[in-house]
Amino acid sequence: MEGGISEFFAMGGYAAFVWPSYAVSGLVLAGLFFVSWRELTRRQALLDRLQAAAPHRRRKPKDPERT
Amino acid sequence: MNRTATSSQQSGSLHRFANPARFLRLAQAVFPWSAGAMALCIAAGLYLGLFVAPPDYQQGESVRIMYVHVPAAWMALFVYANMALASASLLIWRHPLAGLIAKASAPVGTAFTFLALFTGSLWGKPMWGTWWVWDARLTSVLILFFIYLGHMALINAFENPERGQKAAAVLTLVGVVNLPIIKFSVDWWNTLHQPASVTRIGTPAIHSSMLWPLLLMALGFTFYYVTVLILRLRAEMLASRLRAMNRLAAEEG
Repeated sequence: MEGGISEFFAMGGYAAFVWPSYAVSGLVLAGLFFVSWRELTRRQALLDRLQAAAPHRRRKPKDPERT
Repeated sequence: MNRTATSSQQSGSLHRFANPARFLRLAQAVFPWSAGAMALCIAAGLYLGLFVAPPDYQQGESVRIMYVHVPAAWMALFVYANMALASASLLIWRHPLAGLIAKASAPVGTAFTFLALFTGSLWGKPMWGTWWVWDARLTSVLILFFIYLGHMALINAFENPERGQKAAAVLTLVGVVNLPIIKFSVDWWNTLHQPASVTRIGTPAIHSSMLWPLLLMALGFTFYYVTVLILRLRAEMLASRLRAMNRLAAEEG
């Protein structure tokens, strides 16, 4: 890093190829993580709501091993 | 649920992990560790790859694309091999979790395959002078990408989720033939793509200052796969519980 921060970002003239590689990789992986996480919490919330709405219905116990 | 619990307790030790309740407990316990290991490995890999590793004597700074390209390509194959194992256990032993593991893996494999192609293209332009060539390595990886897409389309194309999982499992097993083609394409055919330098027999043809960031990124990507797989598997299990509740509600009117 002798040349400082601008030289680092210039990547020896390959900035236009190096940085998009890292940026798109980060975006794709973070995006998939986020979508997976949101889907899990969304379904958990839906399940909780359904179970709260129908408390008297015969339903599967939360932990099947306890029964 | 009760029936699977008792039958899996009676049968062999490996089948224990097929018990959804036990699997969920295991997954919850593993999750913070795999997420933490993922963050650590990727942070260390990025630091070493961007700041410590030297530029290549031929490729200059563009060689840093390698630290995302090569691990992503490894993961594209690794995730597919995992899906093939899961698909085989689904078809042979009707392992209850296997179909869900294949289903939850496919988007991760697709993402890594896309990244291998995308970063490879960005690396190819300055080094080869072209974004793309229709040679054996690039074409076979593109086919892998389409197989992943086909798997995701097929598994959701059936009303009955089990039938979709079986159809997708057959597709996955047929597609396994593509894995050795990808691996050995650089040896079997003339190509612009360079041959393997890390997994070469004997010592790797790469200096340790470049090997370490590469391995750390690969490890970080592997932990990413485990972490996202856990999230998606839990979501799949919730989906099947929601489906069961819907069926029950429909039957009761």
